[in-house]
Amino acid sequence: MLDAAAMRGEATPMREADQPQSLLMRFGADRPLAMDAGVALAPFQIAYQTYGTLNADKSNAVLVCHALTGDQHVANVHPVTGKEGWWEVMIGPGKPIDTDRYFVICPNVIGACMGSTGPASTNPATGRPYGLDLPVVTIPDMVRAQAMLIDALGVETLFCVIGGSMGGMQVLQWAAAYPTRVFSAIPIATASRHSSQNIAFHEVGRQAVMADPDWRGGRYHEAGVRPEKGLGVARMAAHITYLSDAALHAKFGRRLQNREAPTFSFDADFQIESYLRHQGRAFVQRFDANTYLYLTRAMDYFDLAADHGGRLAGAFKDTRTRFCVVSFTSDWLFPTAESRAVVHALNACGASVSFVEIDTDKGHDAFLLDVPELFSTTRGFLAAAARARGLR
Amino acid sequence: MNDMTPHRPARDAARVDLVLVADMVERGARVLDVGCGDGQLLRMLTEERGVDGRGIELSQRGVNDCVAKGLSVIQGDADADLLAYPDDAFDYVILSQTLQATRQPRIVLENMLRIGRRAIVSFPNFGHWRIRAQLALRGRMPVTENLAHSWYDTPNIHFCTIRDFVALAGEVEAKIERAVALDSGGAPIGFKAPWAFWNLFGEQAVFLLSRDRR
Repeated sequence: MLDAAAMRGEATPMREADQPQSLLMRFGADRPLAMDAGVALAPFQIAYQTYGTLNADKSNAVLVCHALTGDQHVANVHPVTGKEGWWEVMIGPGKPIDTDRYFVICPNVIGACMGSTGPASTNPATGRPYGLDLPVVTIPDMVRAQAMLIDALGVETLFCVIGGSMGGMQVLQWAAAYPTRVFSAIPIATASRHSSQNIAFHEVGRQAVMADPDWRGGRYHEAGVRPEKGLGVARMAAHITYLSDAALHAKFGRRLQNREAPTFSFDADFQIESYLRHQGRAFVQRFDANTYLYLTRAMDYFDLAADHGGRLAGAFKDTRTRFCVVSFTSDWLFPTAESRAVVHALNACGASVSFVEIDTDKGHDAFLLDVPELFSTTRGFLAAAARARGLR
Repeated sequence: MNDMTPHRPARDAARVDLVLVADMVERGARVLDVGCGDGQLLRMLTEERGVDGRGIELSQRGVNDCVAKGLSVIQGDADADLLAYPDDAFDYVILSQTLQATRQPRIVLENMLRIGRRAIVSFPNFGHWRIRAQLALRGRMPVTENLAHSWYDTPNIHFCTIRDFVALAGEVEAKIERAVALDSGGAPIGFKAPWAFWNLFGEQAVFLLSRDRR
């Protein structure tokens, strides 16, 4: 009942949810995931990709944490979209995260839809997709599951944990929850808590999904439909927040789309409208609507200071991890002030921390794009950390 | 953020200045270098004196250079970012050739002495005879080889003389543990002269201060 692509045996989001074209680690009833919602989730699975080779003393592993709409296909062709990996500019042979030197692990987060257990996965108790029966997932849940994966791979200490946006939240959570297992950390364009404004944007997205009649209380899979309109609108709204006014204006201005004059209708007269509609359509082809609800919720609930008596510095007490915090000048979703708050907390506990605010007009999405300063910072920081770690 | 760098002394003088500062730091100390530039001093202190060093630098390029050298440096400035550090976080807080570019030099100095047991401050002496001569004879704001900015584009908004600094140290109740004046060749003026002499012939000065515990 999926669609034509599924009938032909091609990869689709729903198929990927249970049987991903990825490495897969299964955790049985003997190894449940203790979730913040108070539930022990079992069985569950984590889909992940690796690049490079783990060295003999297992000291060169880099964990890459993906963002809200990312997945584990960080540096290979995506099995659903056929596009290149989302961070190929950063990861690969000779790239800033050099796979000739480091062993890169990128897991799909718990709650996502590309093979790790999430709302689109089949609930073994019912034989149907979990839908909203999956307990609400948190950032600490994601990191706890990743730690189980890292254990299973035989890696004790990660050389580096790196990620942007929601990935950056995981980086901070890793450093706070497993300080001795994180040698260095690079949280990019992120925050120690989701702001009220960011929760507000997410709520708009969720309401758009749930207002779509095809959402059907989260049971759209069984009905053979998908809330494409709602999820598309959610994506359109969110996409605006990932860019900047300056970048949008430079790219689209007030230019019209394939027409000489306004049509006096509600067609996509402007290029920016056409662009956003395209973004919405492309997104729903690869992403599960319930996953969007779960992962936005996970970000909303994240508040590292609240988990440590209200003091952010408490999260990093006695840490020996080397931090490199990065923000972007035009990022208004995770503005520099959020990164600076993390830096100040790290300073307050005497942590080794570097901080770079990179000047760019590319907005929040800058961490995914070709921004040379991000690459040179990452390269330099990792090289110095590798010397300190004794990596050749 | 802008690309204007505060006063940087000529190459040879800079080296003397840095060596002098480095000599004031005990081995293995915890050090914060405020306005650390490309990390030359921090690196020297880390490699030669085994200090646990941290830096603050305004320019993105400077921070990148430092991070690439493996130094822990944050992008920020003395006026805004010292406030966030807890008391007694460091043994030494160094402000090298930057005091005159801060908005609130007194508050910066007070913060340095709050978060560090000792403060090391180096600055260009605006009381040097060449500067006095330009103002006195030409009636123009001084522009010298080492202070090359015109009045309208200089980042150096709070110049002071050696005697001004001595007075400020007194006002914030800091004890002057050591003071060195450098002549225009970058060499220390090798004898203990009265402040008035140093104030006339010292082109730069380096002060080691501690909290006065009277």
